[in-house]
Formats: sequence, structure tokens, C-alpha cells
Amino acid sequence: MSQNSRERILARIRSAVADAPEAPEVTRAYLTRHTPDDPEAVLDLLHENLADYRARVHRTDEAGLAALIARRLEERGARTCVVPDGLPAEWLADATAEAVPDGRLTPAALDAVDAVVTGCALAVAETGTIVLDGGPGQGRRALTLVPDLHVCVVREEQVVASVPEAMPLLDPRRPLTWISGPSATSDIELDRVEGVHGPRTLEVVLVRGRA
Amino acid sequence: MSGVFMGMPAFPEAAREAVRDERLRANLRHATHTIRDKRARAVAELDDWAELREAGKRIKDRTLRHLDTYLLRLEEAVTAAGGTVHWAADAAEANRIVTDLVKATGESEVVKVKSMATQEIGLNEALEAEGIRAYETDLAELIVQLGEDRPSHILVPAIHRNRGEIRDIFRETMGGWGRPAPEGLSDSPAELAEAARLHLREKFLRAKVGISGANFMVAETGTLVVVESEGNGRMCLTLPETLISVVGIEKVVPTWRDLEVFLQTLPRSSTAERMNPYTSTWTGTTDDDGPSAFHLVLLDNGRTDALADEVGRQALRCIRCSACLNVCPVYERAGGHAYGSVYPGPIGAILTPQLRGTASEVDASLPYASSLCGACYEVCPVAIDIPEVLVHLRGRVADRGGPGHRLEKAAVRAATWVLDHPGVLAAGERVASRTRGLHPKRLPGPGARQWSESRDLPELPAEPFRDWWKKNRPGDRA
Repeated sequence: MSQNSRERILARIRSAVADAPEAPEVTRAYLTRHTPDDPEAVLDLLHENLADYRARVHRTDEAGLAALIARRLEERGARTCVVPDGLPAEWLADATAEAVPDGRLTPAALDAVDAVVTGCALAVAETGTIVLDGGPGQGRRALTLVPDLHVCVVREEQVVASVPEAMPLLDPRRPLTWISGPSATSDIELDRVEGVHGPRTLEVVLVRGRA
Repeated sequence: MSGVFMGMPAFPEAAREAVRDERLRANLRHATHTIRDKRARAVAELDDWAELREAGKRIKDRTLRHLDTYLLRLEEAVTAAGGTVHWAADAAEANRIVTDLVKATGESEVVKVKSMATQEIGLNEALEAEGIRAYETDLAELIVQLGEDRPSHILVPAIHRNRGEIRDIFRETMGGWGRPAPEGLSDSPAELAEAARLHLREKFLRAKVGISGANFMVAETGTLVVVESEGNGRMCLTLPETLISVVGIEKVVPTWRDLEVFLQTLPRSSTAERMNPYTSTWTGTTDDDGPSAFHLVLLDNGRTDALADEVGRQALRCIRCSACLNVCPVYERAGGHAYGSVYPGPIGAILTPQLRGTASEVDASLPYASSLCGACYEVCPVAIDIPEVLVHLRGRVADRGGPGHRLEKAAVRAATWVLDHPGVLAAGERVASRTRGLHPKRLPGPGARQWSESRDLPELPAEPFRDWWKKNRPGDRA
């Protein structure tokens, strides 16, 4: 009986630590960030770290965004592209790929789609990470998982330097996906190979200037 | 802990076999040396590594000291977010809970994310016995499952296999489990990864039930965290309708903020990456995104026994990064199978005997599976003093007695008597010197023979030192 086990486990824990001394306070003497407070340098670091783990990184401004997204989809041969709810319509204004709205597509239906375009919640420069939280323009988690090409738009002001800076900005009640490069494995001889189950191609578009 | 590797010989016998396997040693040497240098570089990037390590240690210690409080808080938060929490005192109970949950869905297959806890309890075998097929989806777990093999490393369970062996396993067995390996599959890691992608995709797309573990559980928010690389984790956590997570009770951390420490130290320690490709966090269930039913099975299975040991409880800080395996000279030569447990290497040598006890021969031998060099402690991101716990557990094994320890005590008693009687000692020394041509290369008798099998016996001089000293001491010649 689970109910009995609950009481039993709790009782065992209490008796196991009954004589233990109080544990020392948690110290947080570690750094909040490892990078100088210079937005330009932080953006460069994000670019460098994303590229280091084999994401393709591009830079543009607001005016060039639609053309750049269209080019990325075209060059990758994407004929269809799933569109998460709340994605700014102008982002796909130039795209020739057929836009597929996410009307609760089944996993099998998503598997037949070539690409997905999303925004993000924030990005972490020091680790080369993009975080999605299912907010507008990001969609449910399956959308950025099943299609083989993920084009992700990151605005300059969404970039933070470090993991400790990212944590308070994220809402743990939302399902979060932290993405650092395309899927990879180290399972063969502990050597890193990119491209397993998640999107094998991750294209990140860094956008300068405010929307 | 269930007897996953029942009938395993004690570490020394298993290790003796393993070190004779040249291919195994070459595979392990290659893999562990590759990751060792990379880890050192990844860690060196952070100037505050020592402070992160100290913070991680203290967060875990504080959690363990008040584990009941944090588990109750976690239960409340998970339940409030739409999840259901189950408590399992041991492996059998956890397996029963999971099996019943799967049966209730009416499904006869599940997809699994790599999870040490489910390996520890032998969940796949328990599901199989009830007619439920569990598909491992982590690449290394897949290699182990297809090869009907046993895991030999915490992070990379197929570390003992090289690319050629993996290609052969894929070619021969994939067809029996689903989509066969592509024609003309080579041994290039990229092609092998592609073969796994194709093989598993159909399983992901049709799966209705996913089973996972978790790297962390956040008490204040009820959030679970899975850290992975391939995307198989995301598939299992996202696409099925029902998600069941089996997690050891020591995996809880108090606050969301605490993750900022471990999300910096875990990837660098395990795969030597600044960040692993994918980290998923979820809190209960979310409408229209991911599974609509979420079950959390909290697993004790010996952990509260470890918690009761004032020296040994630090092993429960472990975040399963496997850095200690990769630097261990004993692991590098003996391999993971010799440890007779899903937890091999230095951490396994202190964790397994605490979870299972030291009654069996293999478990009693584990605290001795170390040269106490201390490399494991150096790299541990939560500062577990593994050598300290090893010595402590050796004491526990020795206190219990057993043939070896009785002989040792008798030998020490005899030596004490001889050293107390100088005439006897001198006579003995002379006899030993004069008969040295007859001395065997190995000592006879149980215990002594094993001891001298891997060690050279010292050569005795032609004359005892005390006799030589009497003849040569300067004062006598003057």
C-alpha cells in the first residue's frame, strides 16, 4: 500500500537524521555571471557558443528578418513549415514554404512537416542556450521537436549572460525546453556526434534593435 | 535494491577476467581519456568552480538533513499542478506501481528515457513479466538492450563497445525489434546515430506511455528536470499521453534557484559541455502541451539506510555525472561490469553496498575496489569524499568478520608473540634466510594466496640484518 509506504519512508527519514547535526547554511559565493556587462560582447559570446555546438547562427535587423527566414527555409529545402500560435505574421511574409498552422497536429502529422519557425523566451550567452517556454510564437513542445529543421529567432534584448541571470526570468510553472545546439550524442566512444532524435539542424537568427 | 546482476562474482574475480580482455581495455582507455581532458577544459572555463562545488554540496546536505520536509513540499506542489505522487519503499513496490499504471492505460508497450532508478529496480524485466514491452531510447541504452548486454557506465552504458561492435549489433538485431538497420551501415558514429534515429522514430510517434527518471525535482514548485543530449528524452516526455517518472527520494532540491548551481556543474562534469543539448522541465501537466496524465513514483529502496550512516550519507549527494568513473584508474582497467551493479566505478563502490548492504560477496568486495588515490574526490562536483566512505565501509565489512578477517586477526596475534620474544625472532630469521632458495613465488593458504597473486613477494637477504649489524657495527671494529 502506497499510503503505508509514504508513512514508512517518512518515518525512516526522520529516524535516519534524528541525531545528525544541523546542515550549514547554503553559501552562494559563486559568480552571477562570468562575462563583463557589455551587451555587444554578450551577443558575440552567444553567437560563438551556439556555433561551437553546431547551430547555424545568422544576424539581421528587423527590416531584414523576413527575407532571412525565407532564405533559411529555402536553402534547407523546406517545403512546409509549422507555425506556432502567436508567431508574428510578418516573419513568414517572404517565405515560399507552405505555412501549416498548429491545429493540434498529431505526432505523425508533425513528422511530415519539414520545418518550424519560433521565437524564444530568452537566450543564455555563456552556455549557448535558447530557452522556450511555450509562450506566444513558440508553441507546444512537440512543434520544435519532431520537424527536422528549427529556425529560432532571438532578439538582442532577450539575451542574458549566464544561467544564474536566466533563472529568475523563467516561470517554472510553464514547461521549459533549454536548447543548446542541435541534438547530439556522446554515446559512441564518448565522442560527440550531432544529429539524433531532435531537429538535426538548428538555425538561430539574432535580431539587432528593438521590435 | 533488487538483485539486478544476481550471481555476479566478487569484484576481484570479475576484474581479473576483465583486465585480460584487451579490446575492453582499449575501448575504455580511449573513451575515458577522451572525456577526461575535455572535462578539465570545460571546468577550467569557470573561475568560480570551487564555489559552485561548495554550493552544490551544501544544497544537497541541507536537503538531506530535512528530506522529509522537502518531499512533503514536493508532493504538495506536484499534486497542485495536476500530477499524482506515489511512494515506493522498495524495488518490488515501485515495479508494481508502474506496472499497474501502465496496465490501466490499456497499453502493452512503453518508451523509456535513460534512467538509473528504473535500471536499479529492474523495471524492464518486471514489465516484461506482465507482457509489457519497454523500449529503451537512449542510444547507449539501445545498444545495451539490443545486444542483450549489461550497462557498464552511468552516463554511457555501452562505453565498453566500440563503433565496430555497435554496427554489428545494429545489423544483427534491429530487425527483430522493429525497423532494421539501413543497408550497408558503416561504423561511422554519424551513420550509427542516424540508424538509431530511424529505428526509434516509429516507436516515438505511436507511443502512448513514457517512462522516465529525473535529474532534479524542485520542492517549492513541483518541477521535474531531465537533462539529456539526443532528444529521445524530449520525445518520451512530450509525445505520450501518460508520463510516469520514477525518481530516488534524494533527487529533490529545495528551490528553483538551486538549479542554477547544478545546471552549471552537471553538464561540464558529465559530457564536458557548457550545456547539454536539451534540458526539459515540467510541472505537473499543462493543457494542450505534453502528457495529460503525470505520475511521480518516489523511490526509497535502501536510500534511507544510506541516510542513517553519518559518513556514508554523503553518497546521496551524487548527481550521477560519472566524472569519478572517467578518472578512476581501477574503473579504466576493470570496466563497469566487474562492479556487479548498475552503479559502477567509485560512486558505485560506495553507493551499492549502502543500498544493498554488504551481506553478499560482491557487495562486501566493493569497498576494496579502489586504490584510494583520491582522483574521484577531486573531480566530484558535489565534493563527495569517496575515499573516506570507502575506508569507512571497509571497516564495516571487517567488523562483521568472515574467514579472511579471522585469519588476519590470528596472524597479528602470532606476530605480536614473536616480536615479544627476541630469541624466537632471531631463530626464525636465520631459518628464513638459509631456506630462501626454497621460497615459493606465491604464499600458500586462503587469503594469502590471493594477496600474493597480484603482488611480488619481497626477496629475503642472505643474512638477517640484525646478524649483519652485529658483525659490522663500527664500535666493534674499532
